[in-house]
Amino acid sequence: MSVKPTPRVRVPTQAKPGELLEIKTLISHEMESGQRKDASGKIVPRKIINTFTAQFNGKTVFEADWNPAISANPYQSFFYKASESGEFAFLWKDDDGSVYESKHKLTVA
Amino acid sequence: MVLMKTETSRREALALAGIAGLVALLAPRMSFADAAMVDAEIKKLYGDKKFESGKVKLDVPEIAENGLVVPITIDVESPMTDADYVKAVHVFADGNPAPGIVSYKFTPACGKASASTRMRLAQTQNIICIAEMSDGKLYSTKSSVKVTIGGCGG
Repeated sequence: MSVKPTPRVRVPTQAKPGELLEIKTLISHEMESGQRKDASGKIVPRKIINTFTAQFNGKTVFEADWNPAISANPYQSFFYKASESGEFAFLWKDDDGSVYESKHKLTVA
Repeated sequence: MVLMKTETSRREALALAGIAGLVALLAPRMSFADAAMVDAEIKKLYGDKKFESGKVKLDVPEIAENGLVVPITIDVESPMTDADYVKAVHVFADGNPAPGIVSYKFTPACGKASASTRMRLAQTQNIICIAEMSDGKLYSTKSSVKVTIGGCGG
């Protein structure tokens, strides 16, 4: 059941200064809510990605705190205003402590 | 004769399964949050501060066929400059096992205070969205979603 979550991010690689970019992210994860019961009636322990962070050149630009009410394979889109060239780092923090990461370069010209 | 017998037993089995299903549906399984719990959560964050209406746009479907995946888009009107931007947005629901759905932290670098995700809704309920501006002003909005099939438990 537990496969390693794979992040998928759609973000432009080039932009003009001041251009508004829409960033769409998706990660495969079951987002086990801790509410569900298995066949034997035992509650399946909670295991979700609780925080999503978007950084640009090491500075946090957007953060989302997810609750168990977020659907499986969580999707998140948001905006970023391009100002300089650099690198995006998207981080997903799991309840079990692991962090899934995806990096994308952006050229502003 | 033999054929009829098997058919009856199959029908009985189906009826039994149906009743079992109904009982499982009706039996109380979990407690849900209510409007008071949402208010308590909001109070924890902002105390007794006043909320203004406007500025926050909450885009959710009027009717969600599948409560497991309900799209939600939040849009807050703001110039998103260093002097005037949206600091945080919190989304709550008053009919899920827990009131919180998601909290966002925006920065002026976002350029636009807008975000979309997908949420689970256990039943028909209200979605409450609160935006905190950099000057400390609070705005809120509310929207109800009709859920045909709940997205909780199994």
